[in-house]
Amino acid sequence: MANELYSLTIHELHELLKNKKVSSQEIVNAVYGRIETVEKSVQAYLTLIKERALEKAREVDDHLVNAGILTPLTGIPLGLKDNLCTRGVKTTCASKILENYLPPYDATVVNKLEHAGAVILGKLNMDEFAMGSSCENSGFFPTRNPWNIETVPGGSSGGSAAAVAAGEAIATLGSDTGGSIRQPASFCGVVGMKPTYGRVSRYGLVAFASSLDQIGPLTQDVTDCAIMLNAICGYDPYDSTSINQPAPDYTKSLSGKLDEIKTVGVIQELLGDGIAPEIKKAVEDAVKVFEKLGAKIKMVSLPSFEYALACYYLIATAEASSNLARFDGVKFGHRSANSPDLLSMYYNTRREGFGPEVKRRIMLGTYALSAGYYDAYYLKAQKIRTLIKRDFDAAFHEVDLLISPTSPTVAFKIGEKSGDPLSMYLSDIATIPINLAGIPAISLPCGFAQGLPIGLQLIGNVLEEEKILKAAFAYEQATAWHQEKAKI
Amino acid sequence: MPISNHDVEHVARLARLGLSEKEKEKLTRELNAILTYAEKIQSLDTHDVPPTSHPILLKNIFREDMVKPFRDTSKIIANGPQVQANTFVVPKILD
Repeated sequence: MANELYSLTIHELHELLKNKKVSSQEIVNAVYGRIETVEKSVQAYLTLIKERALEKAREVDDHLVNAGILTPLTGIPLGLKDNLCTRGVKTTCASKILENYLPPYDATVVNKLEHAGAVILGKLNMDEFAMGSSCENSGFFPTRNPWNIETVPGGSSGGSAAAVAAGEAIATLGSDTGGSIRQPASFCGVVGMKPTYGRVSRYGLVAFASSLDQIGPLTQDVTDCAIMLNAICGYDPYDSTSINQPAPDYTKSLSGKLDEIKTVGVIQELLGDGIAPEIKKAVEDAVKVFEKLGAKIKMVSLPSFEYALACYYLIATAEASSNLARFDGVKFGHRSANSPDLLSMYYNTRREGFGPEVKRRIMLGTYALSAGYYDAYYLKAQKIRTLIKRDFDAAFHEVDLLISPTSPTVAFKIGEKSGDPLSMYLSDIATIPINLAGIPAISLPCGFAQGLPIGLQLIGNVLEEEKILKAAFAYEQATAWHQEKAKI
Repeated sequence: MPISNHDVEHVARLARLGLSEKEKEKLTRELNAILTYAEKIQSLDTHDVPPTSHPILLKNIFREDMVKPFRDTSKIIANGPQVQANTFVVPKILD
């Protein structure tokens, strides 16, 4: 697929558009052509809006491209995870309960992309309400990994990662509550970033766990990641938790060198038991690359990591059980036909509308918040969250950046873990602590095992996206992993 | 066993979640496995540790309480499963 328009990066296509070598309509048509060829086997999209996209591309060509007025995203076709509200375009969260929901407004990130001149291709599959690590929890159908369609693409932003890997979108947006951007990026061999909590507005992102959710990009390389982050970040009066601080131009930090990054810490707990040997080896090789680039390497211990997964599944489910109370059959979404009175309307609507994983998490969260258990579970978990944050604070006193695998394994087989919720949860062991601490992290390709991509995670302190992108770009320049493409 | 079938029924009622008998049994089993795993947090001493409810330090954020018109209110109403004259219709709650 080399040199096809759909296989080029944002920055490559931008050059072509700027020099009038290609039009946005040609790019959009090329990507839809690709979708027609591979979508049957990948199944990344829940909704495609081809006519609307071509109309937008035409407008962009007529008014912007021809006039030479271009932002880095003008005319570039992008996909959106289906939990991002799009005005007048179905937004289902891959749930039956929202099967026909038409948002009356755009999410702030969607608004920003539209204003930058990007072309939205459609809405991407996910685990229902972003709850899952394999995309198998979609209420409609599972998405498959373009590297091997017998394996999962990861989750919950599985569609967002698979689409980028298969050339079905130039880049996409996902959301990350416990690893939902980084783990699928790792499984699909693309770049995925979870920014600092509050760096990107969550307005119009259907809430899962409000103190953990964050929107971020999935792209073919680090440069594209910086371009996307530039476009979506910043304070938003519609999201009071968004950070009111000016954002830098992230592409400026891509120097190819480590510059002010002197010491890189390797997280000891994430290279031990439970991490597949080939993943360990790939991460150790990556550490050597950083050493060659001039970094001092230090082993770092974060002792409360051991408790992070338990802590996360109590906090995230507690918040989810509260957020998902709004799906009651009154103002939007499904209502059970069997609703003789108010209570049975609630019971039956929610029974029919939610899938098994969502029910499981609502139950776990409600239990953790219920009278008699609040102190033992929810409050206790919040205290452990403090300990995890303190561990990171201590680590960043000693090192500039932390390094670990993104996932303990490569992509697993479809069906392999879907019967055992706990073993599925364990696949998020390396990504979850980052959300609890609210800090930024990226996943980028660092090798292969059994023909499947391995992801490297780089973690920075609060608002240190620039450091992460700088290190990721230097690593990318020094290696060739990102040039490998899925053969589908 | 941290959680019984009876507890599952109680929690499902709190969550307004209808469950079949089969689902209740399965959930009792699965929640027990997850909660048994989660028990490990009890072994950590957190006596003097304050809870974190939010990862980034933020104080209360206020704005002026001003009415702003929304241009497409009909599109909000249109999402209701049962609507009538600009209102959402629900089953009768009083006899």
